Amino acid sequence: MAAAKKGRRSPGADGYPGRALAIILVALVALASAMFISNNKTPRLGIDLAGGTEITLTAKNNPGQPNSINKTNMNTAADIIGKRVNGLGVSEAGVQTQGSKNIVVDIPKGTNTQQAEKLVGTTAQLYFRPVITLAAGSPQPATTPSPSTSGKATPSGAPSASTSGKPAPGSTAKPTATPSASATTQGRAVTSALQAAPATGSSGAPTAPAITAPTPAATATGAATPPPSTGSGTTVAPDPKAEAAFTALNCSNKKQAANAGYGAKPTDQIAVCSQDGSTKYLLAPVAVSGKDVSSAQSVYDTQTGAGWIVTLGFDSTGNSQFAKVTGQLASQQAPNNEFAIVLDNQVVSSPSVSSAITGGSAQISGSFTQQSSEDLANVLSYGALPLSFNISTVTTVSPQLGGEQLHGGLIAGAVGLVLVVLYLLAYYRGLSFIAVLSLVVSAALTYAIMALLGAAIGFALSLPAVCGAIVAIGITADSFIVYFERVRDELRHGRSLGPAVQRAWPRARRTILVSDFVSFLAAAVLYICSVGDVKGFAFTLGLTTVLDVVVVYLFTKPLLTILARRPFYSDGHKWSGLNPESVGFNAPLRRVRRQARTEVKEA
Amino acid sequence: MSRLGKLSHRLHRGELSLDVVGKRRRYYAVSLLIVVVAVVGLAVNGLNKGIDFSGGASFTTPKTSISIAQAESKTKALLTGDHDVVAQKLGTGGMRIQVSGIDNTTANNVRGDLAKDLGVSADSISPQVVGPSWGQEVTQKAELGLVIFMVLVVIYLAIAFEWRMAMAALIALVHDLVITIGVYALVGFEVTPGTVIGLLTILGYSLYDTVVVFDGLKETTRGITGQTRFTYTELANRSLNMTLVRSINTSVVALLPVAALLFVGGGLLGAGMLNDIALALFVGLAAGAYSSIFIATPLVATLKEATPEMKALAKRVRTKRARAERDGIDLDAEEPRDAAEQDDEDEPAEAAAGTLGGQRRQPSSRDRGRGRPSGKRR
Repeated sequence: MAAAKKGRRSPGADGYPGRALAIILVALVALASAMFISNNKTPRLGIDLAGGTEITLTAKNNPGQPNSINKTNMNTAADIIGKRVNGLGVSEAGVQTQGSKNIVVDIPKGTNTQQAEKLVGTTAQLYFRPVITLAAGSPQPATTPSPSTSGKATPSGAPSASTSGKPAPGSTAKPTATPSASATTQGRAVTSALQAAPATGSSGAPTAPAITAPTPAATATGAATPPPSTGSGTTVAPDPKAEAAFTALNCSNKKQAANAGYGAKPTDQIAVCSQDGSTKYLLAPVAVSGKDVSSAQSVYDTQTGAGWIVTLGFDSTGNSQFAKVTGQLASQQAPNNEFAIVLDNQVVSSPSVSSAITGGSAQISGSFTQQSSEDLANVLSYGALPLSFNISTVTTVSPQLGGEQLHGGLIAGAVGLVLVVLYLLAYYRGLSFIAVLSLVVSAALTYAIMALLGAAIGFALSLPAVCGAIVAIGITADSFIVYFERVRDELRHGRSLGPAVQRAWPRARRTILVSDFVSFLAAAVLYICSVGDVKGFAFTLGLTTVLDVVVVYLFTKPLLTILARRPFYSDGHKWSGLNPESVGFNAPLRRVRRQARTEVKEA
Repeated sequence: MSRLGKLSHRLHRGELSLDVVGKRRRYYAVSLLIVVVAVVGLAVNGLNKGIDFSGGASFTTPKTSISIAQAESKTKALLTGDHDVVAQKLGTGGMRIQVSGIDNTTANNVRGDLAKDLGVSADSISPQVVGPSWGQEVTQKAELGLVIFMVLVVIYLAIAFEWRMAMAALIALVHDLVITIGVYALVGFEVTPGTVIGLLTILGYSLYDTVVVFDGLKETTRGITGQTRFTYTELANRSLNMTLVRSINTSVVALLPVAALLFVGGGLLGAGMLNDIALALFVGLAAGAYSSIFIATPLVATLKEATPEMKALAKRVRTKRARAERDGIDLDAEEPRDAAEQDDEDEPAEAAAGTLGGQRRQPSSRDRGRGRPSGKRR
């Protein structure tokens, strides 16, 4: 500042260099204090540098709803996934929509990534569908419909043997595939309670034993027998097409199990498997949509001794639908008195109904563990995503690998920086002091802004972003070169340094602006039209390009203006980078004369 | 360095001059040849697309003592069905094993089994699983971005400069991209999303260089129709030579960090994102440095010379030179000085329009007064 005031020339010609330097200094201090006050001293590191799991989900259109991928649905889905993941106790999980149809889930290290992956992965719609019939998941011997242990006539266990069954002599398979929880537990303690037969094998629920050994007698005996309509006669008649699919379905084939029911509309009957593949179901059209579930909780029921139960509440639509369907189901015989909770076309659980449930809330009891009841509650609460998703990428980075990548990126950056500085030093000597200082200022600004953006907009420094920052060293240094070369051009034309710095500026400025604009344009277009890693890269590139302009305007030029008054530079010291020898003009004498001329001309 | 400084000075003064624009057909031919080779290479070899494009998984292991062949056979043993398994050693002593066509569940199983085989904990193996359509999606988005960017940048350059320069810049850009892709096809480097990022960055960079050159060109040729001394080609060449050192410097400075990324990042981490980006950038930047000097500016000259004004100018220049030769005047001696002078002025258009030929600026005579031998010029 003082230097500016002492300057011989009027400040107008130099554009108040001190003021510009003060602005950038204030900006730096402000950013730094913001960093310390908000306690964001380092940029948030991305999964690939800090370790953790990153999952990219790509939405796919539901059949019959070609335009369901829109911003609202994507945001709702991201919200639900976020709740689900955070429901695991992952506090720092980041869920962001990216592009028009991607959701990126970042799960930091130290959490149960397998479980999180599973939860994020099961991102389909949740439906309640009445059960028409069910059977063991794998092909099994053709037996007559066997009564379940409860003594109730449930001929539903009729197996659908397929000819593909592997002959395995000495089958020990139990022919009953009925998850007749109601029959075995008899726990109808609570009114409006549901007996769950959680299809997840982990819960140890009284599901049908997994049939593991199909017998040689696995001849094609045709379809499962639909249960006789002994009840009120409201049983839905199986749709032939769905029934054929049900017959052919082999849940031990993972591919078949995963694709079962794919593309079915809510009004279709579907043939699907349970999550563990032990049971297959033929299900009626959707009775209640998971969207109508307003709440679900896992509770330990001490009063009735039922253990872990899941309570759920419905909104008004859900309530009336649920009351209606439970009313119908309660009068049926097993398995027609069950309804299946279907998630992603897999049966999560199929509780049976003992009476019509009205009043907007219900309980599901069964042999839940804490884990399985919580999982079910989670699925019930957050299961109803408006979209279905494919998992596009899953990247898990161990903290060790993350550390190595960060280390590698930093070393590459440091080496790149040193190389550039050395080159500048060799070529521009004293001038490179200004260039290096400018680079330092630029780096400090970039760092501070990145650190703050981590908290503000969830920006995470990933490996591609580091790469962008390293590449940006070149772009930033380019601006200095453009300016310095201009100044040297002016010197070659015989001007002394002061006027040369001023005259070179407008032209250098234009070149810098035009080329930075092109660079920024590239970054912006990339950022907007890209997915995945490209985005982080584009963001850093754009940020550093903008900062480049800021630094050149507010730092490099004013600093050069001030330093140009120092004898070291203005007299062309041989280390200044501006000496006649290195620039290539001849005698200082001539320079002086030329300068006089220039001033006359300008006057 | 002072030698380089002198070189830059001599280039600036026109004492030393590369006739790039005048001999542009030669460079067009060279580029055409390279582009043809690149396209043929692409057609014959195709691109070596990584698992990101076909779907599959890659596992990064910590430091391990087993060999590549062992790792590959161990991994193959864990899989059923037909999967390509490729292992590479990394600079950290670890290994990257890529397996094509497996999904997340399989990958998790493989991860666990692999950890047992290698005697490390499963958590220290970092798997990356990519769905079969992901690479396609990234590429499609990138292509969309590419097209949007090209349209925008042509519009911008057409406004900031003129449409001929915009076209030349676009052609130079496509030239760089084709060469880069061609190198990938010919050498067989693996194409990953990192490569796509690198390619996209070339967009910005290649143009950055070109824009710096064009900026000088625009300035030098301002008011060109007001004089009969030089044709557009000659002035373009002069401008190119004047900005040559600057172009070289900016290219070198741009390449240095990328080279650091490539050699340090690549050497330390083995193949990976850093390496992929840097490799594409390195090839692209080198092509970009070449094209902004040897393709973009000559192309502008070609396009410009086709306009009626420039044709008329070229004719006038020829007539004048013929007359000068007849009269025995050495026009040559004054040429370079004038061009340099033009750059010197803030309003060359005005200046050049106002006067004719040798006497057009008062200041241009002052060097003459200093009695430099005219022979030094060429």
